[in-house]
Amino acid sequence: MAEHSEHSEHIVSPKVYIVIFLALIVGTTLTVWAAFRNFGPFNIVIALGIATTKATLVVLYFMHARYSPKRTQLVIVCAVFWLAIMLGLTLSDYQTRRPSMSRLVPPAALCRG
Amino acid sequence: MPRDHYLNASYGIRSWLLTTDHKRIALLYLISVTFFFFIGGIFATMIRIHLLTPAGALVTPETYNKLFTMHGVAMIFFFLIPSIPAVLGNFLIPPMIGAKDLAFPKINLLSWYIYIIGGCFVLYSFSTGGLDTGWTFYTPLSSIYSNSAVTPAVLGIFINGFSSILTGLNFIVTIHTMRAPGMTWFRLPLFAWAHYATSLVMILGTPVVAITLLLAGLERMFHLGFFNPAMGGDPILFQHLFWFYSHPAVYIMILPSMGVVSEIIPTFARKPIFGYHFIAASSIAIAVIGFLVWAHHMFVTGESTYAALAFSFLSYLVAIPSAVKVFNWTASLYKGSISWDAPMLYALGFIGLFTIGGLTGLFLACLGLDIHIHDTYFVIAHFHYIMVGGAVMGYVGGLHYWWPKITGKLYPEALSRFAAIVLFIGFNLTFFPQFILGYLGMPRRYHSYPPEFQVLNVLSTAGASVLALGYLLPMAYLTWSMRYGKVAGPNPWPATGLEWKTDSPPPAENFHVTPVVDWEPYDYRNRPDLGLVAGASLTPAHGDD
Repeated sequence: MAEHSEHSEHIVSPKVYIVIFLALIVGTTLTVWAAFRNFGPFNIVIALGIATTKATLVVLYFMHARYSPKRTQLVIVCAVFWLAIMLGLTLSDYQTRRPSMSRLVPPAALCRG
Repeated sequence: MPRDHYLNASYGIRSWLLTTDHKRIALLYLISVTFFFFIGGIFATMIRIHLLTPAGALVTPETYNKLFTMHGVAMIFFFLIPSIPAVLGNFLIPPMIGAKDLAFPKINLLSWYIYIIGGCFVLYSFSTGGLDTGWTFYTPLSSIYSNSAVTPAVLGIFINGFSSILTGLNFIVTIHTMRAPGMTWFRLPLFAWAHYATSLVMILGTPVVAITLLLAGLERMFHLGFFNPAMGGDPILFQHLFWFYSHPAVYIMILPSMGVVSEIIPTFARKPIFGYHFIAASSIAIAVIGFLVWAHHMFVTGESTYAALAFSFLSYLVAIPSAVKVFNWTASLYKGSISWDAPMLYALGFIGLFTIGGLTGLFLACLGLDIHIHDTYFVIAHFHYIMVGGAVMGYVGGLHYWWPKITGKLYPEALSRFAAIVLFIGFNLTFFPQFILGYLGMPRRYHSYPPEFQVLNVLSTAGASVLALGYLLPMAYLTWSMRYGKVAGPNPWPATGLEWKTDSPPPAENFHVTPVVDWEPYDYRNRPDLGLVAGASLTPAHGDD
């Protein structure tokens, strides 16, 4: 038999929205600040870290994932898992390439070969 | 014929263009995908005529590049991917599970309009300079060097992606929430299981290819550097993202076809399907594992050996659930009371051709052998055995099987059996020589070839003309049957599915009374209500009896 969910819409106080909004503004400010500093290999880690945190806040509070039924949360977790597969397996190529092919030999030399 | 049904529920062009009835939307899709099948078919015909002579008989090399590209784009994005889900799935999933419509009828109509808008963009691209990048849109050719109309084409495919996503979403929500009383998950028809798995792939994969093609388009329009090494980008990244969707897209094409075959085999073998749970689970397994194999398209790009090993192994894994299906279908035939009707001929053709297509896929997943046959006609033959021998055979077989339900009319059975055999012979004559050509070293996408390959190419072109006849015949007699065919009755085969319990054609709400399901699926030995009892052998109704 098909299920019919009858859960009522969760009411979120405006306070929560304001706090999250301010947190997002802080995140944006941090991103802009970090963009003008050189952290070497951590540049991308910091930028993606801030962006992921902001996206998580939006999903949890603005999209009400925190107050959603377990099945909706499961769907979100599955989607993130799928993203992890895409990124993980793609990186499995980039992180294990032979240095001679990808770094030491200049592309022009490869073309001539 | 019933007095009131979905076809005469209302009249006029508005009643079709603004309909929210899933059955009418399915017919809108049927007309649209057939149109794109014709477009793609015309390009294929021109390719085969061109390849009659080693130097190329018909068009310039530049035009040849455009022909195979436009053939691929029209066939894959606008015919194969929407064909079974948007036509047969749209029409049949609600009556199969005992629902009045899909969960979101207006979104269903929206998805058709999105498909049409996407299609218009692509037709604009075809008619204003064409497209010469290959259907794969590899960068930097698509993003920098191509002089053809790439931008409208990628925009069209981007837009069309939303149609696919909305259809998948509709199916998943419908199957979860709108099953009739008694229709438990393991009483669902295997066609519905296959569409559930397909919908997962549509929802999870399509956004990736849509955004990837959009990035290539943006790179082309605004000289950005996502995939351009000179600007810090990477062309191989495009291939990773493209194949993350486009390999699973093969399963969007083949899984619904497997669902069709799982319905046809027990009906015409008069036997419960063997291993119902395994077939259902293997659909999900194909959808999941199908997402883990994409980089086998990239073995010769300089991808890491270690990653290639992993992807090769994972590609072999996907053969397991595919084989589970083939073995279960074969076991379902064992000691069955088989009748050789047209849908059954297509289903049996599917099993054989899909098996060849699948097994030659293992050749390509093999790291060493792939280097020899990569980008040759062997690959072309392999994926046409899956997509045409598999997906299209299933689609045409499904159309024959459910045509009496869709139109309420029977088609001429003898002619339809003849057409199925013509299609099978034409298909093999077209594509089997291409395995040999590829193994001997003829590369794909070349407008000319050495003279020693001519015999096999001529055979292939001859086969293509037979194949074209195999497609034109059903188009002619199915259309003819709509007006002149014999009245089918609600259950002409007879079959056990819930969709056969309602009128043919069904009423606008599918059922006059919401059905209650108290039987197991495919129980061909225990359905006295259909005249089906153990030991009985029934002859299906035929259009030319």
